[in-house]
Amino acid sequence: MIFLQTVGRVFLAFLATAGRLSIFTISGVGHCLRPPFYFRIIAKQMIEIGYYSLPVVGLTAIFAGMVLALQSYTGFARFSAEGAIANVVVLSITRELGPVLAGLMVAGRIGAAMAAEIGTMRVTEQIDALTTLSTNPMKYLVAPRLIAGLTMMPLLVLVADIIGVFGGYLVAVHKLGFNPSNYIQNTWNFLEFTDVFSGLVKASVFGFIVTLMGCYHGYHSKGGAQGVGMATTNAVVSASILILCSDYILTEIFFSK
Amino acid sequence: MAQNQPMIRVKNLCKSFGRKTVLDGFNLDISAGESLVIIGGSGTGKSVAIKCIQGLLTPDSGSVEIAGENVIGMAAQERERINSQIGMLFQAAALFDSLPVWENVAFGLLSEGRVNRTEGREVAIEKLALVGLDAKLADVSPADLSSGMQKRVGLARAIAIDPKIIFFDEPTTGLDPIMADIINNLIVAVNQKVGATALTITHDMQSAKKIGDRIAMLYQGKIIWIGRADEVENSGNPYVDQFIHGRIDGPIKMALRA
Ligand SMILES: Nc1ncnc2c1ncn2[C@@H]1O[C@H](COP(=O)(O)OP(=O)(O)O)[C@@H](O)[C@H]1O
Ligand SMILES: [Mg+2]
Repeated sequence: MIFLQTVGRVFLAFLATAGRLSIFTISGVGHCLRPPFYFRIIAKQMIEIGYYSLPVVGLTAIFAGMVLALQSYTGFARFSAEGAIANVVVLSITRELGPVLAGLMVAGRIGAAMAAEIGTMRVTEQIDALTTLSTNPMKYLVAPRLIAGLTMMPLLVLVADIIGVFGGYLVAVHKLGFNPSNYIQNTWNFLEFTDVFSGLVKASVFGFIVTLMGCYHGYHSKGGAQGVGMATTNAVVSASILILCSDYILTEIFFSK
Repeated sequence: MAQNQPMIRVKNLCKSFGRKTVLDGFNLDISAGESLVIIGGSGTGKSVAIKCIQGLLTPDSGSVEIAGENVIGMAAQERERINSQIGMLFQAAALFDSLPVWENVAFGLLSEGRVNRTEGREVAIEKLALVGLDAKLADVSPADLSSGMQKRVGLARAIAIDPKIIFFDEPTTGLDPIMADIINNLIVAVNQKVGATALTITHDMQSAKKIGDRIAMLYQGKIIWIGRADEVENSGNPYVDQFIHGRIDGPIKMALRA
């Protein structure tokens, strides 16, 4: 009996959260499409996501590319397929590692910061204050962040792709002794438009997920500093999980024939 | 609007959070241009009452009429139109710490497109002077101000939009006595100058008597006494007596909250 009660309660809580999140998402997207637009805030968020995340994402990408080259070399050497390294590096980076690693890094950086900022605004009544000053908080706080996430993540990932491929090149040429022009040739030859494009679409979706989770958890936080801390954690964890889930779904859509 | 219609009419307002009942049949009429002060112990639901009237919280039942219009369940846009005539000072100021002081003060004017940024800054500095703050503070972040100063910036923000109705949630709490008096005078002046209708919450009896035309006492979710400010000393109501003299003995049971 108690077991059934618990199951029921958890299920109802899940439905309630799903409902609240859906309403929040629809309302947030709606505000992205309708004026007024807060360009000043959109620009600020774009810089935050696109520019200030560059070092972190760039570092992640370069090491990912380097380790990829190294790993695939030691693996492929067993059946004399070292030549495929360039191919493996560029495909893995553009299709998967670029967007996913950048998404996770940005979730930790931006998602957490957004949840903390909006959560603090919630518990210190700044969100209420917005409403009293004829400003819709969904439009003022949430929409600019969603727009920034959607648009800046692809750019960020494009840069990450280039840096990641360059990392692979560094290891292949300077450590493994590949011929530079051959390596570059191989990189280009196997790369198709869809590889990069699918990665950038993923990036855009991940950017949306990260900013949505940051805003959602911040917006609904309550109970002072502890509540804000919890919102921050939840934003990062839920964004990371959703990134990996949606990555699978998007891959399935793009590449299953 | 009819001649004798109150600016704000609250009928039978009830609001609970979970099992905790905060407002339980709260009634209040405030006439246009009047300054009404609500007193009551902390945690009795004074802020909740103001937020229900303002529209930040939806009451469980009851009605709120502003200038004759029932605002509960009103469409968001309609509500925004009404809100643009209401100024509010929050208990903890609730300043936007991502914006400098002047933008906080001018926020309402900017968001309604009533001024451009240059004008907004000038208006903000004017309003800051009204609350005794120097123009040098205009570009400071609110987070770097003392809580008393934040309160005054909040006050400047509330009056900057030239509201018809102003809510002050504990305007003098946390201020030194001299500054408290300056703020009291300011509130009186604002009410007289713009003829605004004001609803103030306070524990500060001196302030209540100074700024209130009438005083109401909130206890256990209801207004248990309401009268002219000069009657409060001789209200004949044991609850009011105990509260304004701060006595331990009396009918008010201060529950020791966990
Ligand atoms: N959003 C909320 N959720 C749950 N309880 C609340 C909320 N807001 C206020 N309360 C409770 O309502 C009661 C009255 O609060 P409040 O109106 O802030 O008191 P005060 O009279 O000091 O302003 C308090 O016990 C508080 O815990
Ligand atoms: Mg209060």
